[in-house]
Amino acid sequence: MQRLNIVITGHVDHGKSTLIGRLLADTDSLPQGKLESVKKMCENNARPFEYAFLLDALADEQKQGITIDSARVFFQSKKREYIIIDAPGHIEFLKNMISGASRAEAALLLIDAKEGVAENSKRHGMLLSLLGIKQVAIVVNKMDLVNFSEVAFNKLRIEYSEYLATLGVKADVFIPISAREGVNLIEHSTQTAWYKGPTVLEVLDSFTSVEEKANEDFRMPLQDVYKFTRDNDDRRIYAGTVTSGELHVNDEVIFYPSLKRSRVASIESFNTPVKSSVKESEAVGFTLQTQIYVRNGEVVARADQSAPKVSNRFEANLFWLGAKPLELDKPYKIKIGSAQSTIYLEEIKRVIDGDTLDRADEPSVGRHEAACVVFRVHDLLAMELFAENQKLGRFVIVDEFDIAGGGIITEVLEQYTNRRTKSLHVNDVLVDKASSNAEFEEELFALLRKHFPHQFH
Amino acid sequence: MDHLDRLEAQSIYILREAYRSFPNLAMLWSIGKDSTVLLWLTRKAFFSHVPYPLVHIDTAFKIPEMIRYRDEIAIQWDLNLVVGQNKEALAKGETFVNGLDRLSCCKKLKSDALKYTLDGTWARRKWNPYKKVWEDELNGAPYTGVIVGVRADEEGSRSKERVFSARDEKSEWDASTQPPELWNQYKTDFAPGTHVRIHPLLEWTELNIWEYIERENIPIINLYFNQGNGKRYRSLGCYPCTAPVDSEAKNPQEIITELTSGKFKDIAERSGRAQDKDGGGTLEALRKEGYM
Repeated sequence: MQRLNIVITGHVDHGKSTLIGRLLADTDSLPQGKLESVKKMCENNARPFEYAFLLDALADEQKQGITIDSARVFFQSKKREYIIIDAPGHIEFLKNMISGASRAEAALLLIDAKEGVAENSKRHGMLLSLLGIKQVAIVVNKMDLVNFSEVAFNKLRIEYSEYLATLGVKADVFIPISAREGVNLIEHSTQTAWYKGPTVLEVLDSFTSVEEKANEDFRMPLQDVYKFTRDNDDRRIYAGTVTSGELHVNDEVIFYPSLKRSRVASIESFNTPVKSSVKESEAVGFTLQTQIYVRNGEVVARADQSAPKVSNRFEANLFWLGAKPLELDKPYKIKIGSAQSTIYLEEIKRVIDGDTLDRADEPSVGRHEAACVVFRVHDLLAMELFAENQKLGRFVIVDEFDIAGGGIITEVLEQYTNRRTKSLHVNDVLVDKASSNAEFEEELFALLRKHFPHQFH
Repeated sequence: MDHLDRLEAQSIYILREAYRSFPNLAMLWSIGKDSTVLLWLTRKAFFSHVPYPLVHIDTAFKIPEMIRYRDEIAIQWDLNLVVGQNKEALAKGETFVNGLDRLSCCKKLKSDALKYTLDGTWARRKWNPYKKVWEDELNGAPYTGVIVGVRADEEGSRSKERVFSARDEKSEWDASTQPPELWNQYKTDFAPGTHVRIHPLLEWTELNIWEYIERENIPIINLYFNQGNGKRYRSLGCYPCTAPVDSEAKNPQEIITELTSGKFKDIAERSGRAQDKDGGGTLEALRKEGYM
């Protein structure tokens, strides 16, 4: 059965657990007898039954070792299986929300009809857009508390749409629901006769799974090059995960940014029939007809297709989760595709936060803030605009030993020359050494090729 | 690509990421189905090679077939096998069978043995696949990256794990302060003295593991199958604390049927493991101190 990862986010108390509990119950996805036992438990304790209790009960079971995962709950529609990734609403859990949401293919964003747009409603909306989750439905919950009023719903819809528009996000679907009463979850309700749009389950079923797109150009970040000598294995294998497109034996490939080229000699694999091509999402390896020296992190493309962009400066939207603020001109590490390099924040164009949206002239980007920034990288990197290629258009920033932020590339800027970078920073002495290492490696490789030709055919 | 292809590709990506990021990398091999699948995925990722040592913690109470199977596979697949053991506790008889409680026994024979084998404090027994002999390694370098076959669906605390999960100097894990993990970018930088646990199977379920074993025809240890007495193991451990379950399943296909429509549909995999039940949250307590 087909599967879709979805994330349900929203401000604390806007009804996430109730919505999930109700979806599980109404799609018959609960273990046998669970609903009855929780209802009974409430009756015995003289508490009104709430669907949110179902999640707590499942969490308890999980502690006892029964294989239901409250952090990754499963339910089914007639069409497919859903994995709901838990996304805690509380600000302290923002990094967990982001870790979860970055795996999602679609999102439901919950807003309380009575309380209206809250701080985290804005922040989550912004983060979903930064994470590149394009399929988002806004679920306006607790409509029962505003008497299922179309006016109240429209007011909220307009307010939040305007906010999303400032982020460049177009939200097509707003659904008025009452999770507690099951209104517009699975079936339409007479209480909102004025609403003609889809129900929550209909919207979920209308989302598309991230499928392979056959007509995209081939890209593969080079993860590693293997030469295992054991058992006289003389293959030199270029390995990585294909992020888009297809590659065949005998295709001519170009590595970016080094621009070295060769042709694919063979596709390598273990315990499969012999392969003559590979495609998106596969973790692959191939050998080349000539031996070339390329570095981990270069991007492989086909000579007969478009080239990725190459630069060492770009503009990005970024969110920051680090304990220390992101500062100008301090060395950080960037990881993009399979490449890593030293990176400096060159300019903060504006800082966006949940409340005021835009603040200019900030000296740094603080924890839980998002910003539009310009970065300068020490090495040339192959990259893409996020809007054109998600996987090569997003990156993370490492501060000391931990991932402290993530972002998406909105514009690739003109290159800085290395000479100029050098004069600006003492820290570049270190990085300079790295680039002379690269030259050394190149020379060493040429020598090895000359004196040990049997290793390189 | 079907769901197994996707899981496989993602695990291979993670293994390759670990291999290029950690100069002193090892994989824990418990002989069980999950870590044996991990070993198979390693051969997929590295085109039949296994380019890092496999660490097995031998409590001396493992079901004897497990040790036989381990040594057979090690020879067949040319593995760098590393065995660690708490010799002191065994010599002093500080074990569950000698009256120690289960939790303390697990801590001594598994957690401590694991910790001091990984950091090189205790001697490692190593199988040399070239000379085909066992050798002792003293003062071995600490492993900075350790690949472990845990799954998120196994037990509560495991579902909170990251794919690349930091352990501090004391091998301890703090679930609440973990850095974020974004898209396919993991924590591959680590402070001196710390190490990183790598979990390529986090997204797999017990069912996925069996489907993959069947598809790939992986030679899994036969303790998982009914040998004719109507019993089989669903989860492997030390014989004093691990009970077989009643089952007629004789092969992966029959296990899959049992898990999807049969008697184990709603019953936890580790239900035969006694240490999970002593006290409350026992496994989480063990894991904080470095248990797998």
